[in-house]
Amino acid sequence: MTQIAMPLLGGAMVGAASALLWLVNRRVAGISGIVGGVFGAPASDRTWRLIFLAGLVLGGALMSRVLPAAFAPPATPMWLTAVSGVLVGVGTTLANGCTSGHGICGNSRLSPRSMIATCTFIAAGMMVVFCMRLVCGAGP
Amino acid sequence: MKLLVSAFASGLLFAIGLAIAGMTVPANVIAFLNVTGQWNPALAFVMVGGISVYSLSYWISIRMGATPNAALPRAIDARLVGGSVLFGIGWGVAGFCPGPALVAAASGSLHAVVFVAAMVSAFWATRRADAHFRRRTASAPDNG
Repeated sequence: MTQIAMPLLGGAMVGAASALLWLVNRRVAGISGIVGGVFGAPASDRTWRLIFLAGLVLGGALMSRVLPAAFAPPATPMWLTAVSGVLVGVGTTLANGCTSGHGICGNSRLSPRSMIATCTFIAAGMMVVFCMRLVCGAGP
Repeated sequence: MKLLVSAFASGLLFAIGLAIAGMTVPANVIAFLNVTGQWNPALAFVMVGGISVYSLSYWISIRMGATPNAALPRAIDARLVGGSVLFGIGWGVAGFCPGPALVAAASGSLHAVVFVAAMVSAFWATRRADAHFRRRTASAPDNG
């Protein structure tokens, strides 16, 4: 039951957090856009981004103490983690969004762009996991 | 001031939600993407929970007179699809997407810190390259 309840509850909280940003700030809660937008943004557009990120970082620090089981490192070697970070950074900038901006906010708005982006990145992710299991052999 | 308080509260709640949802454990993400193996659909419920709450709030606000953001791009092009392919590949390799990676980095995970450093450098570099090419296209002679 917690298999479904916790993801559902956590997802609802993420949805509520994104809704707050829309209802009060009229901003899309896309993490890649909020962080990437710090670069090149005028000072007046930068403050709310940094404040949002401060909340996000504080939440992470808090949760790592309250719920340490919610954190684990990936199974990849460090260099591959760095490569995946570059791919995620370039990809979400080109596509203007990630799992939050397209996946939650855009799909909720029924944006065709976001629906296509979401299907594409999930399909690409599934393909990669399939290929990595072929190459590495092991894995469930 | 109200805007800054809500931005902070939003970030805080966002992080707590991601951790509770299990998004900060890369193995959960990999298990969700592992459709030909031991598939774990749990993360689909994160999306269900998130979209339920957000879409309800969004469409009620529109009904109450909020104007949709007209500045959001509309084009369905190679940039959108190609970018999403690159993002999906990176997501499937380590199991981190931007939000959970930042939250995990705040927990002190070295892997997440390295991921975020790489990702943020790529945000910066891609935007720089973009601005550069856009300037060149703008100053190129018009063929029309």
